[in-house]
Amino acid sequence: MPNLARLLAHSYDEDPDRIAIHLLETRTTQELTWRRLIEGAAGYAAELKTANILPGEVVVLILQHGEALITSFFGAMLHGAIPAIMPFLTEKLSPEQYRHSLAALIEITRPAAIITCPEFEGQVRQASPEGSSVRAVLLSNQVVPRVSPKLADLPGYARSPGDICLLQHSSGTTGLQKGVALSHQAVLNQVEGYGRVIHMTSDDVVVSWLPLYHDMGLIAGFLMPLLCRAPLVLMSPFDWIRAPQKLLQAVSRYRGTLSWLPNFAYNFCASKIRDRDLEGLDLSSWRAVINCSEPMRWPSHRVFLERFRAYGLKPEALATCYAMAENVFAVTQGGIDEAVTVDQVDSRSLVVDRVARPAQDGADSLQMLSCGRPIPSTRVRLLDDQHRDLPDRHIGEIALKSDCMLTGYFNRDDLTAKAFHDGWYLTGDLGYLADGEVYVTGRKKDLIIVGGKNVYPQDLEELASQVAGVHPGRVVAFGVFNEQAGTEDVVVVAEADTDDPAERRRIADDIRLRVTRGSDVALHFVQVVDPRWLHKTSSGKIARTANREKYLAEQAA
Amino acid sequence: MPADIAESLTQYLTTQILKDPARTLLPDEPLISSGLVDSFSLVDLALFVEDTFGVHIDDTELASRVFDTVAELAGIIRQRQV
Repeated sequence: MPNLARLLAHSYDEDPDRIAIHLLETRTTQELTWRRLIEGAAGYAAELKTANILPGEVVVLILQHGEALITSFFGAMLHGAIPAIMPFLTEKLSPEQYRHSLAALIEITRPAAIITCPEFEGQVRQASPEGSSVRAVLLSNQVVPRVSPKLADLPGYARSPGDICLLQHSSGTTGLQKGVALSHQAVLNQVEGYGRVIHMTSDDVVVSWLPLYHDMGLIAGFLMPLLCRAPLVLMSPFDWIRAPQKLLQAVSRYRGTLSWLPNFAYNFCASKIRDRDLEGLDLSSWRAVINCSEPMRWPSHRVFLERFRAYGLKPEALATCYAMAENVFAVTQGGIDEAVTVDQVDSRSLVVDRVARPAQDGADSLQMLSCGRPIPSTRVRLLDDQHRDLPDRHIGEIALKSDCMLTGYFNRDDLTAKAFHDGWYLTGDLGYLADGEVYVTGRKKDLIIVGGKNVYPQDLEELASQVAGVHPGRVVAFGVFNEQAGTEDVVVVAEADTDDPAERRRIADDIRLRVTRGSDVALHFVQVVDPRWLHKTSSGKIARTANREKYLAEQAA
Repeated sequence: MPADIAESLTQYLTTQILKDPARTLLPDEPLISSGLVDSFSLVDLALFVEDTFGVHIDDTELASRVFDTVAELAGIIRQRQV
């Protein structure tokens, strides 16, 4: 029976000196062969065994993007444990808040072990005191590779296809309490099915800067290429955000064929790279640049193509994908065998009638970028509020059923039960179907997606409420799309009693600082308003959509 | 354009990065470690410095251990202009 540990071991056995990952570090490059990966991983597996961690138990990884993160992830799998990658603490995040998030994760996920680096040991121990589920804290600098390990004896070999192989969390207190549990079979079905759609082979070269704690980075930008034995060129998001040209330089140098990017990255690359950093680059090997994980915009594709066409970027390389961790990764794919469909729809009809009618000449219209067709074995339906099927072009909630669905939210049967209706997973995304292709128009749930990262507004509101002078609970957070950046700006509106301008400014500054230090999310606009400015629902909750509209109306006035 | 390097940096940061021209920014106020200037804006800051002062800030230098305040960044610019 196949499982991930066996497949990884198989690659090692067959061709141990083949390069699996070109790991681009800030100044140097590490060539990670299968031997180096698996022997490193076997070191972690041995340490987990010594620490009496059992197969099937969760191991949380808190490590910087790099070799230790990769080998410890595979080490947990070789041991048959369930790895879960937690975002690394950045300097702007306050240690107290990070411990709070970590404690939230530990409480629900109940990991048996945490693997981290020495600098982090203190934080981790404080968040996992005596009596918590954590029985071992392993430090990456104390783990040594095992030369020529006997892989077939490791417990990871015995895992069944239905066993959970990894957990995937979104960030923030809310996201960390909701781990998506995926089975070996689900991951393998996704890799097989999606791989076929994008014609992925071992001749491909994947280039990625995406973080591994995110589904796009973990699946498309890491596990898929490794399982297909396509070389992976991996850089850190920390490096890329400071030097976006590194992505294009890597594509040119390694003859990269595939990359996945969130929408904002198209705008970011197009507007922030100097000509001199592009000199001599050849991007003609890039056969698919796949837009995924936040709302996709046609103008973002256009500026990207305009900027890089002169360097060999092919127009047909632009592709789209609709994905979510709950389906392992891809739900649909567009732009591989034919150009991405751009659907010109009537704006008024979309908003007023909730129907995406093809635009007539002269009417206000909107260009919708198709997400493409569902991948094989994933079925998509569009449902109305009573969960009845909608006709083509009618906007409703996207629901899906597949052979790569999550097993459940880990230790959260309540959330799992709520997420399904009659065996169909309710995505919370709104969209429509037209000629078999899926279009996403918005979200039913209150969720902000900034730079491809899911942010739960309640986490930001909770943090802003802690600022002195703010009415607790009288705060709202929401996203506003920024066309130029190609992603959402995060806005917080808070009620305060004071009308002193200096005091209001102090409150606004404190909110910015508190939210950034508490969530690693930078606020773009903070507005301090009078008491009773915010709309509440009949049940007394802050109505995010209504307040967002009120804010936008005031801005426009 | 303001003659003073620090003043010019402050003006750029408040208007273009923070989008809040009324905000005062102290010369020793932490920018990067505080998250006031988020990582998405660091490249913009480097491009502005190069275009305005003719000084190159390498991407590996866009970190609080190299500079974290307007005063520190102005110091680096002055040093490299010589």
